[in-house]
Amino acid sequence: MPDTGNSDAFVAFERVQKSYDGETLVVKDLNLSLPKGEFLTMLGPSGSGKTTCLMMLAGFETATHGEIKLDGVSINNIPPHKRGIGMVFQNYALFPHMTVAENLSFPLEVRKMGKSDREAKVKRALDMVEMGAFGGRRPAQLSGGQQQRIALARALVFEPELVLMDEPLGALDKQLREKMQFEITDLAHRLGITVVYVTHDQTEALTMSDRVAVFNDGRIQQLAPPDQLYEQPENSFVAQFIGENNTLEGTVAEIKGDHCVVKLDGGEVIDAKPVNVTKVGERTRVSIRPERVEYNKDRLQEGAHTLKAKVLEFIYMGDIFRTRLEVAGNREFVIKTRNAPDQVRLTPGTEIEIGWLPEDCRALDAN
Amino acid sequence: MTASTDVPEKDANGPMLAADGTPLKKSLSRALRVQKMRALALVAPLLIFVLVTFIAPIGDMLFRSVENQIVSDTMPTTTAALADWDGTGLPPDQVFEDAYYDLFVAAERKEHTRLGSRLNYEQTGASSLFRKSGRGLDDIGEVYQDQFEDLDKNWDEAQPWAEMMGSEDWLAKEAAWEKGSRLPKFALRDGVEELLPRTAAQYAIFAGYTHNEERKSLLKEEPWSAVHTALYQDLSTQDVSGYSGPHAEMLKAAAALVASPDFETVSFKDGFGEIDKDWLEPEIWQTLKLYAPKYTSGYFLNSVDMKLTPEGAEARPENERIYIMLFKRTLFMSLVITCSCILLGYPVAYILSNLPARKANLLMILVLLPFWTSLLVRTSAWKIMLQQQGVINDVLVWIGLVADDGRLTMINNQFGTIVAMTHILLPFMILPMYSVMSTIPHSYVRASKSLGATDWTTFWRVYFPQSVPGIGAGSILVFILAIGYYITPEIVGGTTGTFISNRIAYHISTSLNWGLAAALGSILLAVVLILYWAYDRIVGIDNVKLG
Repeated sequence: MPDTGNSDAFVAFERVQKSYDGETLVVKDLNLSLPKGEFLTMLGPSGSGKTTCLMMLAGFETATHGEIKLDGVSINNIPPHKRGIGMVFQNYALFPHMTVAENLSFPLEVRKMGKSDREAKVKRALDMVEMGAFGGRRPAQLSGGQQQRIALARALVFEPELVLMDEPLGALDKQLREKMQFEITDLAHRLGITVVYVTHDQTEALTMSDRVAVFNDGRIQQLAPPDQLYEQPENSFVAQFIGENNTLEGTVAEIKGDHCVVKLDGGEVIDAKPVNVTKVGERTRVSIRPERVEYNKDRLQEGAHTLKAKVLEFIYMGDIFRTRLEVAGNREFVIKTRNAPDQVRLTPGTEIEIGWLPEDCRALDAN
Repeated sequence: MTASTDVPEKDANGPMLAADGTPLKKSLSRALRVQKMRALALVAPLLIFVLVTFIAPIGDMLFRSVENQIVSDTMPTTTAALADWDGTGLPPDQVFEDAYYDLFVAAERKEHTRLGSRLNYEQTGASSLFRKSGRGLDDIGEVYQDQFEDLDKNWDEAQPWAEMMGSEDWLAKEAAWEKGSRLPKFALRDGVEELLPRTAAQYAIFAGYTHNEERKSLLKEEPWSAVHTALYQDLSTQDVSGYSGPHAEMLKAAAALVASPDFETVSFKDGFGEIDKDWLEPEIWQTLKLYAPKYTSGYFLNSVDMKLTPEGAEARPENERIYIMLFKRTLFMSLVITCSCILLGYPVAYILSNLPARKANLLMILVLLPFWTSLLVRTSAWKIMLQQQGVINDVLVWIGLVADDGRLTMINNQFGTIVAMTHILLPFMILPMYSVMSTIPHSYVRASKSLGATDWTTFWRVYFPQSVPGIGAGSILVFILAIGYYITPEIVGGTTGTFISNRIAYHISTSLNWGLAAALGSILLAVVLILYWAYDRIVGIDNVKLG
């Protein structure tokens, strides 16, 4: 659950709501706090309210209700230019009529810094992103990745303690994006700055963040470190949204502590771990990660439930095999196996038995 | 595949070759030719339309600013003779003689009045002088014509003259001529040119005129009196006693008459003096000499308040200067109008570009609304608004800001022109500014603020520099439109608010001095081009964006 009222939080959203038209809430009752030095990612589909939250923090949008605090002080009424928050924009927003050095010098100039100080800081910032030789160029003369570094350097040059990033890697190709992901996290940890990062790319969120806040429908669905988020999703939205996921629909037949029995719609009965189901008879959606499914009987644990499955498709993907099965009426059931020397390649049409550990099988809400 | 069938890509160090061995460049241009021809064919209708209806007339009009052939075409021998005259006192008698013959022919052709109008631009009174002279020149010739006629009726008959001057061959063809067919080309009889040089020359001119312009037979038309004058001149200098051609007796009798002491003569100079005393002043002859060349700088000098004198170009007297002042005023007022358009248009364009599309479109219609109203209506509306008994003055008087007897003069002066033209040209400023501003991403402003800049710094350091191309495009558009504006200054400008274009229009339609109008137009065009060039050098034309 989102934590609230943490007094030593560096950034805190307290009961924040936001509406643009006075009829619908884009952000519904947001409570979020993060300590100094944390790398927090806001992840969610478009329209989930994550960017709005970022803009409220930056000061470009005002909260309709609630308070946003920075270092314990409410910043609701402080204009953006006085907040001292660094920001990297989706399209970099480098000023096209200024050179790279002028772009970097700009935040220092408006802070009335002396010329020699400015030059030293600009140089240091450019060196930090390994762009020292590009100070005299115009943004249009740089490649996307170079522009990205400059944008980063500009957001950091005035040494803010908090930096906001709004899908900064969205315009880059895959390889460059992975490289930059590493560089950004590395830089953030080296400088000890607090980062609030917005993205709709789950891989980016998982690889970069200390914690991830998954947004949907104006609410934080789950706030957790990446591993926890992936392995222990708290509701079916998070389970669906993060990583690949197999779902089986059914009804809760029995609950015993951290163990429950689910009767699938096809009639099969399986064991699962109840996450947000509370009573018998409730509709549920059971979630299993593709790589946690096992079909090699030797590797299955003692007492594990098994289900009959029919192989529909086998896809060779190099490092892994991806096999599509029909399980309990679900024809989109996917399993992933590592390409190991002893691994069996399943032929379509074969009937097999699959199984998993009950704790890998999570009974979630049916929404 | 053998080596011989290989594609020769490149010989030793020559050009790249295509598969069939022709140079690649040639091959490429052949491939592209069809495309180019097709593109040209698509552009051709517009190109031809523009060339025929726009470029050509403008070129012709601009050519008129230096063209001055009318003087040498109308009085060819006179202008040639004047070239040797030093310009002081009266020209020699020969010039008067040449002027007589030239003007006589011009008067027959009704061209002397056009020449008079042309010279009237340079010397007041020339027009009436030439008109008067066209009628009066006959008086000189008639002195001789009457005397020859009294001697022998045949001197006023067509046939004898033709027989005496024309060749046998031609006479036969002329006699066989029937109405409607081509007239035979006149040919002089052998020997007549040596015997009667002036007469032959004048008769030939008369023949050409009668044939080509009147389309009549020379056997029916008796020559005009200039031929008789020429005959008198010839008979008084040439010996015709050895002549044995047609009408030898008649010619010898005439020679005897000329030789007799009671033959009445009149000198050309006296004849001109009789017509008008102005011909005996050196001024008209100086003007003719100055404007004799086929091309003149006179119109351009006029356009900058100077004039051509025998001593070279010199400034006109203070009270005759007008054009420099008008050019300055046009430039100054265009500049003021452009500046007020920027000041008024910039905020509007800014708001438009920052509104959501629906609202922006609605407001854009309001900006464009003036385009849907007649220019004349808008200008006239300003007249109603601004006049002394108009809406604004009435309101000011009503709320007591202005006394009833102290109503403001806001129309028929520079103020009125600036107000009305700013209003009319405003959309041309707003549209390019809007289209440039709407391409400036909002994230720049946000980025600037997040970097710590205040609203003003953000505007001045980040937003404004990026909107400059729009201001540039709007300014060029408005300034160039303003500098050549005509209708609005004409209606609301009064005397102090008119532009150079109003003067050009005056010369085109009222004074008919097209040469001067063309020179003024050329200067205006040059000024615009120079400003355009300067703008390109300072701001860079690449920085101008219309969208």
